[in-house]
Amino acid sequence: MIQIENLHKSFDGNEVFKGCSFEIPKGFITALIGKSGCGKSVLLKHVAGLMRPERGRIVVDGEEMGSARGKALTALRNRLGFLFQGGALFDSMNVFENVAFPLREKTRLSRHLIQTRVLRELDNVGLSGSEYKYPSQISGGMVKRAALARSLVGDPEIMLFDEPTTGLDPLTGQAIIELIDSCHRRLHFTGIIVTHEIARVSAIVDRIAMLHEGVIRAEGTPSEFFSSSDPVVRAYIGETA
Amino acid sequence: MGLFLLKAVLFMGIPPIKFGRLLKQIRFIGLQSVVVILLTGAFSGMVLGFQGFYSLSRFGSDAFLGPMVGLALIKELGPVITALMVTGRAGSAISAEIGIMRMSEQIDALELMGLNPYRYLVVPNFLAAMVSLPLLTAIFDVVGIFGGYLIGGKLLGVGAGTYFGEMANYVEMKDIMEGIYKSFSFGVIIVWVCCFKGYYAGIFTGFGSEGVSRATTQAVVLSSVLILVWDYFMTSILF
Repeated sequence: MIQIENLHKSFDGNEVFKGCSFEIPKGFITALIGKSGCGKSVLLKHVAGLMRPERGRIVVDGEEMGSARGKALTALRNRLGFLFQGGALFDSMNVFENVAFPLREKTRLSRHLIQTRVLRELDNVGLSGSEYKYPSQISGGMVKRAALARSLVGDPEIMLFDEPTTGLDPLTGQAIIELIDSCHRRLHFTGIIVTHEIARVSAIVDRIAMLHEGVIRAEGTPSEFFSSSDPVVRAYIGETA
Repeated sequence: MGLFLLKAVLFMGIPPIKFGRLLKQIRFIGLQSVVVILLTGAFSGMVLGFQGFYSLSRFGSDAFLGPMVGLALIKELGPVITALMVTGRAGSAISAEIGIMRMSEQIDALELMGLNPYRYLVVPNFLAAMVSLPLLTAIFDVVGIFGGYLIGGKLLGVGAGTYFGEMANYVEMKDIMEGIYKSFSFGVIIVWVCCFKGYYAGIFTGFGSEGVSRATTQAVVLSSVLILVWDYFMTSILF
């Protein structure tokens, strides 16, 4: 379970979070939506422990991310996968090496086992045959798939997706959403998806939360969200329809 | 920057060392700089041979060309010019590579895998530079000494026996060690500054490709200045 309690954070005097609070139950996926620049990706980085709040707490399975250090933080991150908006593949390594990297560095699995797992993961994301290409040689959609395979290869319990479909054409974006859904069904991870594509992700998420002016403005199941009478929610749904 | 250096030194002492990455960086910083060092060493020695001969001739001391070239290269020019060449070639590349990794969130990805970016990006570069710089300096010195002989001996008439014999009389082990200590410390300066600038590109230098380019420029300039400043202090300590 992920709990965000009374989160406060500002950058250069600009208050991004003004007491943001919400909860993601274990095994659930929540879509986090909001206007561009409202702090969705920053919130995700707080959950991952890449940033620390000024006030408030982020608790992941009972461990507070804000104060976790050293081995405790490493142990938390070993259970976590993060899909960056740009993929963040290591550009000096090919696709196979990227996906194998966490297994080689963090496990004592044999070469053969690592190869088997990597090829299986690449097959799951539809990248069989592209193992030995470099990130600069593959399309944006393929980069996202490779990054997804890398983040899932360690069977994480928690997955964070930072705008997984941004910059992709509608068909490729839909394929990524379906991939996330199939991976969730397989691994039952707890997840947060930061996205603008509310209509597309509503089919695969359990809840939708809207970040607006530093707080969670609205939260609920997709049907509750779409039937909300909140004017800000209605305006957002109207703009993204 | 001080804290960055402290962390790097700390992680150098704590296993595991990433040997694959270390060997790769030794190859990049050391082996791939050899051609540049051979060229600059040769021509530096040749210029010293020319200038040294004509300067010493005024005092009837051209017989001391060998020790002059040897001491100048071993104690001073070898370590400094080698360090400046490596700064321009490898230091800028290290800074740019790490800066691009920072901008494209690859360093964040490393952290989120529960891996320590210092172990992958910083420590191998430190160790590689500490190994490579003294070796490159030695190559520079040897090539430079022969470059000086090529001009002084073959062209201007100083005998080989005089050139190398007098050099052996006047160049001592402590002179050689001074050059090694300098080159070792210059290696630390180069990777300290270049890794720092790349690691914090975007935070201190602005974002995007402009941020990386500024980080790289600042890395090379600051490294070069610090090498010359530290050279003065090392010379005054070791003299």
